[in-house]
Amino acid sequence: MTDGAMQKETPAGLASVEAVTQMLAGTGYIATPEIATAVYLAHHLRKPVLIEGPAGVGKTDLARSVAIGLEQPLIRMQCYEGLDESKALYEWKYGKQLLYTQILKDKIGHLVEDADSLDEALHKLTGFQDIFFSRDFLEPRPLLKAMEQSTGSVLLIDEIDKSDEEFEALLLEVLSDYQVTVPEIGTIAAQVPPLVVLTSNATRELGDALKRRCLHLHIDFPNADLEARIVRTRVPEVTERLLERLVDFVQAVRGENIRKLPSISETIDWARTLILLHADSLDPALVRSTLNVILKRQSDIAEVAGKVEALLSGGDKAGR
Amino acid sequence: MERTLTRYIRALRSAGAGVSTTEAMDAARTVDVVGWADRGVLKTALGTVLAKSVEEKAIHDQLFELYFSREAASAAASEGQPGEAGDPDTGRPGEGETGADPQSGDAEGAEGGEGGEGGEGGDPVEALSALAQGKNPGQLAMALERAGAAAGVDEIRFATQSGYFVRKMMESMGVEALEARLMEALTRRNAEGEAEAEGLIATRSALQKQARAFVEARFEIYGKSAQDAFMNEILAERSFGALGRSDTERMRGLVERMAKRLAVRHARRRKVRDRGRLDVRRTLRANAGHDGVPFDIIWKIKRKDRPKIVAVCDVSGSVAQYVRFLLLFLHALKEKVTDLETFAFSAHLADVSRPLETLPFETAMRAIVDEVGSGGTDYGAAFLELDRDFGEVIDRRTTVLVLGDGRSNYSNPRLDVFKQIADQAKRLVWLCPEPATNWGSGDSCLLEYRPFCTLLTQCSTVTDLERALDEILMAYD
Repeated sequence: MTDGAMQKETPAGLASVEAVTQMLAGTGYIATPEIATAVYLAHHLRKPVLIEGPAGVGKTDLARSVAIGLEQPLIRMQCYEGLDESKALYEWKYGKQLLYTQILKDKIGHLVEDADSLDEALHKLTGFQDIFFSRDFLEPRPLLKAMEQSTGSVLLIDEIDKSDEEFEALLLEVLSDYQVTVPEIGTIAAQVPPLVVLTSNATRELGDALKRRCLHLHIDFPNADLEARIVRTRVPEVTERLLERLVDFVQAVRGENIRKLPSISETIDWARTLILLHADSLDPALVRSTLNVILKRQSDIAEVAGKVEALLSGGDKAGR
Repeated sequence: MERTLTRYIRALRSAGAGVSTTEAMDAARTVDVVGWADRGVLKTALGTVLAKSVEEKAIHDQLFELYFSREAASAAASEGQPGEAGDPDTGRPGEGETGADPQSGDAEGAEGGEGGEGGEGGDPVEALSALAQGKNPGQLAMALERAGAAAGVDEIRFATQSGYFVRKMMESMGVEALEARLMEALTRRNAEGEAEAEGLIATRSALQKQARAFVEARFEIYGKSAQDAFMNEILAERSFGALGRSDTERMRGLVERMAKRLAVRHARRRKVRDRGRLDVRRTLRANAGHDGVPFDIIWKIKRKDRPKIVAVCDVSGSVAQYVRFLLLFLHALKEKVTDLETFAFSAHLADVSRPLETLPFETAMRAIVDEVGSGGTDYGAAFLELDRDFGEVIDRRTTVLVLGDGRSNYSNPRLDVFKQIADQAKRLVWLCPEPATNWGSGDSCLLEYRPFCTLLTQCSTVTDLERALDEILMAYD
């Protein structure tokens, strides 16, 4: 294996699973053992991590935190329907090419002036031909850019499930060999393989080929304990009393039969909202008036609004 | 420990979590990286590498606990073995040799252990009773492990096989010698003989208990899922009408799995390249670099329609059971593939999409039957109501799916309305629980409806159902 050569320096933050946890904690990201292990393995096995899970549980944030922790650039590629290689890999700088053609047109007379025969003129010209398809005219898009980072990088391919299947196929070369092939130039291999993070909200089933190349990490809604720790990290000004009550309430709401469950980012928003309102505990009226922060559907709000008292007392019981 | 890992992967595969060779190699590399020392880290690490979905992760988590609890025990056991300590791998699976000559092999193994403890002599029966008394649990685990390997317990597939494997294990532990001694003690017919016999019987039953526990644990790891798969296979071919109450739960799981498979198959390929229509705008853009000379031609991509299904289900007593599973199936598909409108009818017709969507399935089914009422089924009236009240849901992209036996209690089948619905829809598929030989007999008007159906097929098992729905979805690919 060439691993030794490829990873001659393991950043301190990736030395062990605990080191990963600490590194992430340093950036304000509370990682479960699963998350830390996945990041650790991603580096040591040189495999991308595919993160699945409901929206707002910190999938994208993980990539950002790893990048901050490792002090490496984060290169982000947002996927969408119709994303193709010219937007993901590279594109030729057409404008620049045209401009150069114009300039060259004027010069071309000079160049072939002293050529005696057509053959000789042609020979002279071929020397310049490839200029147009060289690195100077190549506009790197996120994937190529990530390959080109000499310091290493964190490549975030966000919401891969939104892209087309063709694009998935395109990714395979990048993800397994860490290289990009440009027909006119050749294969550009990564100087330092980037740490690749893919996220998916599971709006469609991903192809097996892609899944097999990735480590799989499922991030679910956190349990009450973890959620409290996360909120405390993100919203340090929250009081313990309020924190406990609001986390219990959100946990209870997740048990209800609603369409869009509130996720951790909603809990954080809610905590901030409540602090702005100078609340230090929860009462039914306050909850009702701020429900729209954690619930995003009218029908869900109506459903929960009718049960606020029950959920509050239920949450209270669980908290004790 | 490589063998431990490969066996674990084998166990995973037999539990239904696909593990490819690449993943197995990754798992080995993972173990190299994280080591065997920390069980928690090992578990999450292997879970990350080997499982590719939440379901597989759950299988992994469960199996890991089962598998590595016994691995840990046997590793500890072999480490206690004098001369073999330090390398648990060579200590444990000595099954090659033991398999060839189990009796002597085991006797020796037991003896060796005893020797280390302080020595009790070379009698295999003595060794067995020492084992059975459980003075040295490591020793016992070790002996069980060997006997299990010799008896091939890992091959267990059905719970009913456990008696057989227990006996084989006992034999390979040398129980025959013990039994011979027992016979001999019994024939002596004196107090001393009886006392010895009693001791021997106690030993035997203690060993048997241990062996049984061992076989059951192995069944959990290797056999259970195989048995599960077998039961599913049988169930897939059984008529819905003949399902017992206890099968229903299993069937629901099966339906969900099949629906998922279909969804995966059809969720892909939503796009086809329609060669022949030039995309002028994108072609110009793509060729700007060539001074507008179109080197690269770009064709228009045509999006395919999302499958749209209007299900019309007879929920009268005769077909109610079938409808349940069709609806369950469609419901499971809905998330991924289709636009779905559901109508139920018996005496009259009602739109039941909403209750199915909002209520838990069983409650919804009860509510539907209550609402539509049993009463005499009237297909003609149902089609009339569908066309009159909900005609706009059927357009040229819609597949109308009728589920029913076509037994209309001799009422007017309203073929004119049926024809109109058929003309309006993309396809009309009729699924009938009855075999083709019964079509048209008695009050069945299936043969009259038949000419207007794109497809009329018998559908009585979940396999039929899957095939029919596959067919329907295929029309949209």
